[in-house]
Amino acid sequence: MATYSISDFRTGLKVMLDGDPCNIVENELVKPGKGQAFNRVKLRNLTSGRVWERTFRANETLDSADVVDRDMEYLYSDGEFWHFMDPDSFEQFAADAKAVGDAAKWLREQDKCIITLFNNAPLVVTPPNHVELEVVQTDPGLKGDTAQGGTKPATLSTGAVVKVPLFMNQGDVVRVDTRTGEYLGRASKD
Amino acid sequence: MVDPQETYLPSARPEMIEARAQLYRAIRTFFSERDVLEVEVPLLGSHFVTDPYIPAVVADNAGSERFLQSSPEYAMKRLLAAMPRCIYSLGKAFRAGERSARHNPEFTLLEWYRLGFDDRQLMAEVRELVVALCPGTAVQSLSYRQWFEQSLGVDPHTATLDELRATGLAHIEIDGTGLDRNDWLDLLVTHTLEPAMVPGLTFIYDYPASQAALARVLPDESGVAVARRFEAFFNGMELANGYWELTDPAEQRERFAADRARRRQLGLPDRAGDNRLLAALEHGLAPCAGVALGVDRLLMQREGCTHIRQVLAFDDSRA
Repeated sequence: MATYSISDFRTGLKVMLDGDPCNIVENELVKPGKGQAFNRVKLRNLTSGRVWERTFRANETLDSADVVDRDMEYLYSDGEFWHFMDPDSFEQFAADAKAVGDAAKWLREQDKCIITLFNNAPLVVTPPNHVELEVVQTDPGLKGDTAQGGTKPATLSTGAVVKVPLFMNQGDVVRVDTRTGEYLGRASKD
Repeated sequence: MVDPQETYLPSARPEMIEARAQLYRAIRTFFSERDVLEVEVPLLGSHFVTDPYIPAVVADNAGSERFLQSSPEYAMKRLLAAMPRCIYSLGKAFRAGERSARHNPEFTLLEWYRLGFDDRQLMAEVRELVVALCPGTAVQSLSYRQWFEQSLGVDPHTATLDELRATGLAHIEIDGTGLDRNDWLDLLVTHTLEPAMVPGLTFIYDYPASQAALARVLPDESGVAVARRFEAFFNGMELANGYWELTDPAEQRERFAADRARRRQLGLPDRAGDNRLLAALEHGLAPCAGVALGVDRLLMQREGCTHIRQVLAFDDSRA
């Protein structure tokens, strides 16, 4: 296992802190003219998602975390686990609800996701930034509505509920940004 | 995205290069009008400061070890002892590895000495300089004790290590093992007090005796020994550090020894105290006050910049 000294910390580096894998978000030197150097480090705990700040002395070290991001294809859910496959090695991984988290509502079979593996087990599931999903339920649109009009909630095939323009109908396919949950536009049907 | 390793381009925009030249002219006019003489001292020195937390850039001058100076202080004091005259230096200073939005390993320091001044008088002159260069700057000053008492409710001079640690841990997430009183005081400054500073120029004076560096230590009005050292902060950023200068060679020798002991304890490289500085003090240094001011930071504040590279022609990544 590699060890990093605090001065090596760069954005994106994965380290172990208090037993949890963390991602370095930001590292700032704090050094009064006559005083000891410290580093104010912003970290994201990859298990809890929490971002917080911790201060280190310049001579402290942390172990690297065995965390890798891999592109995988979503296969199916059995109700308890969500199953993914590495399309190159055909290796399969089962992610639990904690790892999948909010991503669950965007997952469509065969879509490509990023699976963050910690010690070779799924830790975080990141859906594609943009997904195209079918509207399975929404109130009927009103006649004469245009794209400039208001919005209404629509339930998508994966269970996600997004705000769509009034002219969208059941059976239409929408393009959504999974990071914000925002409707981006109408997509052509497959 | 420009790759700093490959580009020929400066890190500062052309108007900042102009602004720096204009600032230098204004600084030189300010001191010329007050009959303070500009002096030039070596950047490559055979000695380095003993301060444990000032890391040296070490240079090899054809086999002889030299240190790129972290401040012109020792050389200027030798000049003062030889030639009693108010002097200033506007030049480069070096501190190994210091890199952040407000640090660059090579930076510009304005340092000046005023014969017959004490720290309070020199604070007034720093204020005049900054207000002359940045008209309309609001100015306030408070003692180090007031600063701590107002915001944190602790007396920095008398609080025990346990009290400072408890106050520190209430504000800062850190492994506090082995941190001493000065570390906690500094952490509370950088993490809590500095970020809360009101806009403008703030003077903090009467530092803890344990942070005297090269300032005289004298009792304050309450009888507590304090360092006659001050710092100026500009919009919450450390800008200048000044002393009513220690002129007693015996005490200077003791402070060198204390710094070296601390260096040993921390496993840092030893730095011999500069015997020529001691010789100057033995000869006699007239009572004076001196201050060092970070010119890059002053330029940042004057021009509303948030990163030091915006005011450097070529910051460390492009140098």
